[in-house]
Amino acid sequence: MTKNGTTVNGPARVIGRRTALKMGVGFAAASTLGMPAIVRAQSGPIRIGNLTPMTGFLGTLGVYASKGAQLAAEEINAAGGINGRMLEVLSEDSINPENGATKAQRMLERDGVDFLLGEISSATALAISEVAERNEKLFVAVGPRSDILRGGRCSKYMFCTDIPNTVMVNAVGTAIKNQGLVDGKKFFSLTADYVFGHDLLKAAKSFFDANNAELIGDELVATDVTDFSAFILKIRQAKPDVLALNLAGNQVTNFVKQYAEFGSPFPMIGFNLNTADAWAAGVGNLSGTWPTPWLHTVDTPGTKAYVDAYRAKHGQTPENHSWVSYNAVKIAAQAIEETGTAETPALIEYLESGAEFDIMKHRKAYFRAEDHQLIQEAYSFSVKPEGTYDDVLDMLDLGPAVPGEGEALEGIFPSVEAGGCML
Amino acid sequence: MEIVFLLEQVVNGLVLGGYYLLIALGLSLIFSVGGIVNLSHGAFYALGAYVFVELVKWVGFGPAIFVSPIIVAFLGIAFERFILRRFYREDPILSLLVTFGLAMVAEQSIRMIWGAAPLPASLPSAVRGPVMLGDFLFSKYRLLMLLVVIAVLAALWSLLNKTSFGRVVRAGIQNPDMVAALGIKLQPYMTTVVMLGVGLAALGGALFAPITTVHPAMGAEIITIAFVVVIIGGLGSFWGVVAAALLVGVTRGVTVHFLPAASEASMYVLMFLVLLLRPRGLLGESIEKFER
Repeated sequence: MTKNGTTVNGPARVIGRRTALKMGVGFAAASTLGMPAIVRAQSGPIRIGNLTPMTGFLGTLGVYASKGAQLAAEEINAAGGINGRMLEVLSEDSINPENGATKAQRMLERDGVDFLLGEISSATALAISEVAERNEKLFVAVGPRSDILRGGRCSKYMFCTDIPNTVMVNAVGTAIKNQGLVDGKKFFSLTADYVFGHDLLKAAKSFFDANNAELIGDELVATDVTDFSAFILKIRQAKPDVLALNLAGNQVTNFVKQYAEFGSPFPMIGFNLNTADAWAAGVGNLSGTWPTPWLHTVDTPGTKAYVDAYRAKHGQTPENHSWVSYNAVKIAAQAIEETGTAETPALIEYLESGAEFDIMKHRKAYFRAEDHQLIQEAYSFSVKPEGTYDDVLDMLDLGPAVPGEGEALEGIFPSVEAGGCML
Repeated sequence: MEIVFLLEQVVNGLVLGGYYLLIALGLSLIFSVGGIVNLSHGAFYALGAYVFVELVKWVGFGPAIFVSPIIVAFLGIAFERFILRRFYREDPILSLLVTFGLAMVAEQSIRMIWGAAPLPASLPSAVRGPVMLGDFLFSKYRLLMLLVVIAVLAALWSLLNKTSFGRVVRAGIQNPDMVAALGIKLQPYMTTVVMLGVGLAALGGALFAPITTVHPAMGAEIITIAFVVVIIGGLGSFWGVVAAALLVGVTRGVTVHFLPAASEASMYVLMFLVLLLRPRGLLGESIEKFER
């Protein structure tokens, strides 16, 4: 190379010292401007990154969830914000674990969100919780129900506001035990073939083992299966006393419709069913006993007010995922108000302090500090007989809250030791 | 006992295959006649389901199943006139792109008109329930669906092989230039074929609406199966698509018997094997158009 940087073949691309210095200064200047967290003063809006699946087999639920979150933000802002600061909820489709993680990272880095709130798929929630941990930002998980998220894969930065799988199994289990459908009975189950389904099956197996019931068979079903006729034949071939479903999203809807099509040969129960997916099954197809954290018929003033407000805004009845996301935003808002900041360490401390939250049920809820699970009541529901209702919205028959009055709320939750969470 | 169980899955697979046939035939027709890769075929399936759910409130279950495809078929005329017509002689990749875009537009339009929440749709109790033929369990409704499919198949076959309309269409598949040279305008035949293809997809959607979730993305669920069936059957072959549909249905059913977790993957493995051993598909013809 010659002195002025050219070679025999022409000028080489050599960056001189001065250019390098200029570029270095330029980068440093640009990066301070490009870091919204530093530029954003403590008086600007509070931004929440809300990721939910809005497409795919959980898509219906994600749309309800984002609407619930937006409604909560609007109500808070209409009342003057939190300590004068307005709330902004950025809602996006997480699509799948890879996309969810990428978007979460982008929201924290580029969009300057203060923390993350959302997600329904347990698989995507795991991915997002890793992003939250790397960035040391709070992640309020609203919908994923796998025990493992409060157990072996718990995280200092993740708080779970929905009921976990074990609680769903216990809620249904308590109800069907009273119907005599458990002791000495043979169960056959269908399980969604991803982390949630496997997790739910594990909880179901524990319940069967502890209650003298026998699981005579289980089949794994890929999450994109839409036709269940072959599985229904298999179930019939196995001749169980009761069929138990460990499916998620609209797979439950599809199965239930096709099971009714074949004449519902055996009594059916399930350990997971979201209200929107239940309504989608239409009249006359759904039967059996199922769990839910909340239904629009819960008899509290908070529920009535929420249902009215949601109906007024969206012209449809809210279901459980809109309720969870609404509450999650309100819980976060309460934490920000009480601590006077949207910074993650202070929020984590507040949430772990045992502070109580009104989630529109009869009893207030609180986070268990050891595993960040929101301890709350749960319900089972069954289906009214065909002909006693006109609209699918009136189809579901809510059971009593569990645990019963006077019993400790934590009674239906798995113990921290059993879950294996080490915070 | 095992053999009976396996046989039950085979028979159920045949019935399911008959249903896939409906969707795949429409797709195959449009491709054979126009050289169009119609990725928006699923959108018409979805529309068939949505229109059916709306119509049920007005005209009842039975009529709604047949009126819905007719309404959607008319939409097919607009689809052919304004979009497909430009792409008949072009590289298939162009029609693939345009129909892919159309599929996305259609899904979002459905979401905007009807909302993201699924529409409830049920079978009337008269057609709900099991039917036992010997040791085999069927659903009443699926047997009815099978009858409809057989009727449609018979009608379509007669149309293609026993009428002058069919003669022109078949000639147009083989050698459109010759047909034009003989003084026959192919355009009205193309429009009719697209109408038929789209109508078949919509019929599939209407038939399946009471036993599946009616939601905006339902088109995406069916399009992959339809394409796999068409590819396995071989392009341009009527009976190839029939054989492939039945084969895919049976393969899925048998896989559920032995290894349920792999039921979705099984048809792709089948496609892989068929293409490996016979790249033109089971009964695909070597069509002059594609041998260039």
